[in-house]
Amino acid sequence: MSQHTLSVIVEDKPGVLARVSAMFSNRAFNIHSLAVGPTHVPGRSHITVVVDAPELEQLKKQLHKLVNVIKVTELASSDALESEVMIARISCDSTNRGEVGDTAGLFGARMIDLSTDSITFELAGTPEHLGSFLEHMRPYGVIDLVKSGRVAMKKLSDMARTVVGQS
Amino acid sequence: MTEKPYTGSNSLLESLEHEGVETIFGVPGGAILPAYDPLLDSPIRHVLARHEQGAGHMAEGYAMATGRVGVAMATSGPGATNLITPLQNAKMDSTPLVAITGQVGQAAIGSDAFQEAYTTGLAMHCTKHSYLVTDADEIPDVIHEAFHIASTGRPGPVLVDIPKDVLNQETSWSTPTLAGLPGYKPPSSEGHPKQIKAAVTMLETAERPVLYVGGGVIRAGAAAELLAFAETANVPVVTTLMARGAFPDNHRLALGMPGMHGTYTATTAIQRSDVLLAVGARFDDRVTGDVSAFAPGASVIHVDVDPAEIGKVRNPEIPIVGDARLVLRALLDRLNSARGDAPAPQRTAWFDQLGLWKTDKPLRYEQRDEGPIKTQFFIERLHSLTGGDAIIAAGVGQHQMWASQFWGFRKPGTWINSGGLGTMGFAVPAAIGAKAACPDEVVFALDGDGCFQMTFQELITASTEDIPVKVAVFNNGGYGMVKQWQNLFYGGRLSAVNLGTTVPDYPKLAEAMGCVGLRVDSPGEVDSVIDKAMAVDDRPVVIEVVTDPEEMCFPMVPAGGSNDVIVMGPEDL
Repeated sequence: MSQHTLSVIVEDKPGVLARVSAMFSNRAFNIHSLAVGPTHVPGRSHITVVVDAPELEQLKKQLHKLVNVIKVTELASSDALESEVMIARISCDSTNRGEVGDTAGLFGARMIDLSTDSITFELAGTPEHLGSFLEHMRPYGVIDLVKSGRVAMKKLSDMARTVVGQS
Repeated sequence: MTEKPYTGSNSLLESLEHEGVETIFGVPGGAILPAYDPLLDSPIRHVLARHEQGAGHMAEGYAMATGRVGVAMATSGPGATNLITPLQNAKMDSTPLVAITGQVGQAAIGSDAFQEAYTTGLAMHCTKHSYLVTDADEIPDVIHEAFHIASTGRPGPVLVDIPKDVLNQETSWSTPTLAGLPGYKPPSSEGHPKQIKAAVTMLETAERPVLYVGGGVIRAGAAAELLAFAETANVPVVTTLMARGAFPDNHRLALGMPGMHGTYTATTAIQRSDVLLAVGARFDDRVTGDVSAFAPGASVIHVDVDPAEIGKVRNPEIPIVGDARLVLRALLDRLNSARGDAPAPQRTAWFDQLGLWKTDKPLRYEQRDEGPIKTQFFIERLHSLTGGDAIIAAGVGQHQMWASQFWGFRKPGTWINSGGLGTMGFAVPAAIGAKAACPDEVVFALDGDGCFQMTFQELITASTEDIPVKVAVFNNGGYGMVKQWQNLFYGGRLSAVNLGTTVPDYPKLAEAMGCVGLRVDSPGEVDSVIDKAMAVDDRPVVIEVVTDPEEMCFPMVPAGGSNDVIVMGPEDL
């Protein structure tokens, strides 16, 4: 089953996220990742949802049926700007701390916590970038890891048609 | 005495009056108490149901008979949970409904307070939309939005949950607006002109076209447009369970109901069609049977007000999103202009074929003079003796199918049943709602004994509220349709389907509830018992009709089977 990214503009009201996620479970669609936050327009929130689904047509139509949903855009990965934030705690000691720090630095990861036996990094980027970082950290030992949901936006070339709030 | 402050409750009642509400069906209780006080001073009639499920189905019956929004009211917790079945029923059958529930005070929400339930959460899956009102000043707008959402686009149920402190909050009323609905844009168009043109071209050149009409035509108030279009296009019409009454059954183009228990002609016409024009229908599994074998040679034109229905089950060649009434008008206009002075396609071979099927494979049953009574026979006699001039409400099961098959429907709003959800117990309360809406009409609930035993207490409502419905309880001593499936698919091992024929004593039960109780068990007495029932107009009447416990409902396409394989009767098994 393929993954699709949807950008959904909704009213910023209590229960809206519950309605969206309820519709997904009601219609038996599996959510891979979901991120929600305010937009620059007061009263509007943006939900980025990554779903595993064979096709999106029915899903988009069902989303549109929700009264609080204002706009639904499908983002193909080729024309989407995608980003995730990750916090990862990597095992290390005095002998390899420098090596771990150097490697992480190559990815642009920022150290945000340090103990005698670990370094904690913060890193933002595309899912691929984060995946690659993790591959390089795994040999040292990943102690703990959290990821935000994926957020996405259309690339500038297509922005003219989809300015938030002017649909 | 100081003047009482104007509260959220006053605003609620004023808002309902502003929406033109004349009747509310409800049951009071703690959290909704404040709303029941100003109700005493309101011109709105409150019908006191005996169970909130009954109140909900009454509101549905009211809506289905009139096309107007039905209103149900209940308290928090169990009052609200008892409304869940009517809400889902209304969602499945696209019935405009507004449910108003009390909620515990906002300070207590989330504390597992007495009679607390997360009502908007529970209703999330079974409404078109729901509201939790947190400020009494919002009440006029929320009620206005609720009625707008319930009645426009594809109609459906909307729930408004109001905490008790909001009902008691001092407020004022202001004329409501729809400014708070930036994301709600129901299609109200006549369809895209290009699609309309393509549809007419496809239909005009079709050799074996069928109009597949669903409940959306009734909801859109499009029966007159359907008749005009079907006659001009010269295309035969099938009406689904939800569309019975959308097209007159005695019309030369009418083929009856298609699907699992549809007529042979309706089901087979769809199977053999080359163009299938679906209007306000959703390709339900009870109509299609095995989808992969459904109408295999047909190009499909699908007209629906809900874009999500188009392509959900079957991808149409020509999708048309729009209001059924406007689209049918646009199709007719286009048809007339495209055809000019040319005659309508005659399709003689197709109509000859349909005529042959009608003759060779009619709906049938055998009524022996000595009995037992067949439900089909009673329904036909009732139709004959009333001239078909009645609103019919049904429960769910064999009797529902027979009512749909054997009642010759002539106009929309005269058939009230639970199609999508299949809610047993729907008939009695829904009939009461319809009768409350249409006091001058004869409203007859045709019910099974299993269904009746789920909601009969609402006849107390009918008696005490002076809503003289009539009910025929077809007593075959059990869950007839379940028994039929056990006989056909479980080797006749009957499990939990016999309800017995001795208790309850239906006439006595009816009398105890303030109704006239009658009983008939021989075919020869059917006419006289109907006459007796028709002569009563000051009280509800219940007729126990003792029917054949072995009778099965045919034709039948077994669930999931191909519509090419229709079981016409026991001899086909």
